[in-house]
Amino acid sequence: MPNLKDLKNRIASVQSTRKITSAMKMVAASKLRRAQEQAEAGRPYAERMGRMLASLAANVQDSGNGPKLMTGTGSDQVHLLVIISSDRGLCGAFNGAIVRESRRQILRLQSEGKTVKLLTVGRKARDQLRREFGSLIVETYEDVGRRKLSFADADVVAQKVLAMYDAGEFDVCSVIFNKFKSAISQIVTVQQLVPFAVEAQADEEAAGAEVKAIYEFEPDEEQILAELLPRNLSIQVYRALLESAASEQGARMTAMDNATRNAGDMINKLTITYNRTRQAYITKELIEIISGAEAV
Amino acid sequence: MADKVEFELVSPEKLLTSQPVDMVVVPGSEGDFGVLAGHSPMISTVRPGVIDVYEADRVVDRVFVAGGFAEVTETRCTVLAEEAIAVAEIDRAKVEQQIRDLGEDLEDAKSDDEKARVEAKIAIARAKLDATGATTH
Repeated sequence: MPNLKDLKNRIASVQSTRKITSAMKMVAASKLRRAQEQAEAGRPYAERMGRMLASLAANVQDSGNGPKLMTGTGSDQVHLLVIISSDRGLCGAFNGAIVRESRRQILRLQSEGKTVKLLTVGRKARDQLRREFGSLIVETYEDVGRRKLSFADADVVAQKVLAMYDAGEFDVCSVIFNKFKSAISQIVTVQQLVPFAVEAQADEEAAGAEVKAIYEFEPDEEQILAELLPRNLSIQVYRALLESAASEQGARMTAMDNATRNAGDMINKLTITYNRTRQAYITKELIEIISGAEAV
Repeated sequence: MADKVEFELVSPEKLLTSQPVDMVVVPGSEGDFGVLAGHSPMISTVRPGVIDVYEADRVVDRVFVAGGFAEVTETRCTVLAEEAIAVAEIDRAKVEQQIRDLGEDLEDAKSDDEKARVEAKIAIARAKLDATGATTH
C-alpha cells in the first residue's frame, strides 16, 4: 500500500510543475504574438525586394552574364547547410524535427558523394548534430535574437555565408528552418539561398504585370544586382530567423499546453489514489478496533 | 500639380512610411534625383544621404538613409533602406563620437577588407553629420 505522505508530496510537486508549465505557456503565447507581428512587419521589404529582383533578373538573364550569386559556380560539389534551431528546449518537436531533416539531408548529400558543411544557429542543433557530424560544422551562432531579433543578427550570419562563398568554400547553400504555419503546426522547410533561384521567389501574380515594365537602371543592371543579391541573402536569412522564432514560440506554447493538461490529469489520478489509500487505512483501523472489541 | 506619387520607405524590420506626396528627392548613387508623378520606371542604388519629401513646394520631411535601393514607377517611389532615421532625430554629438571611435577602429584594422568596412561606416556617419548640418541654416 502506497505511503500517504509520499502521495501527498507527489501531488504537491506535480501541482507546482503545472504552475510552471502554465506560466511558460502564457509567456510563449505573448512572445508568439510579438514574433508574428515582427514577421508581419518584415514582409513589405521582402516583397518589394523580390519584385525588384525579378525585374532585374529578367533583364540580366538575357545578357547571360549575371553575378556569381545568381548563376552559381557551375558545380555543386560542396553544399553548405544553414540550420536554424532554438537555444532552449521545452518546445516539443521543434528542434527534433529540424535535426531529423538536417540529418536526412546530410546523409542524402553524402551518399551522392557531395561534401557537406554546416552552419548552425542556435544551441540545440549544434548539440544534437555535434556527435554525428561534428567535423562538418564550420561555425555556430548562439543567442541570436535573444531579446528581440534584429536585422543585424541576420546580417552576421549572411556575411559569413557571403565570405565563404567569395572564398569559394561552397557551391550551393540551403537554409533549413521551421516555417510558421500556426501555433500547432510548423513545417520544416529547406530553402535554397545560393545560387539564388528567381523563379522560386517571384510571386507569379505580383511579378506578372510589374516585370514587364521597362525600367531604367542607374547604375547598370549588373552593378545593382551585385549589391542587391547580397542584401537579398541577408533578407532571406532574416526571414528564416523570424519564421523560426515564431515557430519556436508556437511549438513551445503547444508543448506547454499539453504539459499543463497532462499535469492536471496526473493530479486527478494521484488524488484518487490518495483518497482510496486514506479510506483503506481508515477501514483497516476500524476492522482492527472492532475485532479487538469482539475478542474481549 | 494634382497628381501625387506614392512614397514608400521600407526598412528590413518594418514599413516606415507609405504616403502620397508631391515630390521626393532621393540621393541616388549617381546623383540626386527628384521623383514626381509620372516619372519613368527606374531602379537605382541609393548612397547614404537625405531623402527630402516635398508637399506643395515645401520640404515637409527629411529622412536620413544609410544606403539602399530605390524603385520608381509612374505612380510609386519605393525606397528600400538599410537604416533610416528622421534628420531631426540625429544626435550630432553622438555621431561625432561615433566618427572618432571609427577612426580608432580604422587604425586598428589589419586586413584591407576590415579597413574597407570601417571606411564605409565612416562615410555613412559623415553623411549623417552633413545631413544635420544642412538643417541648421
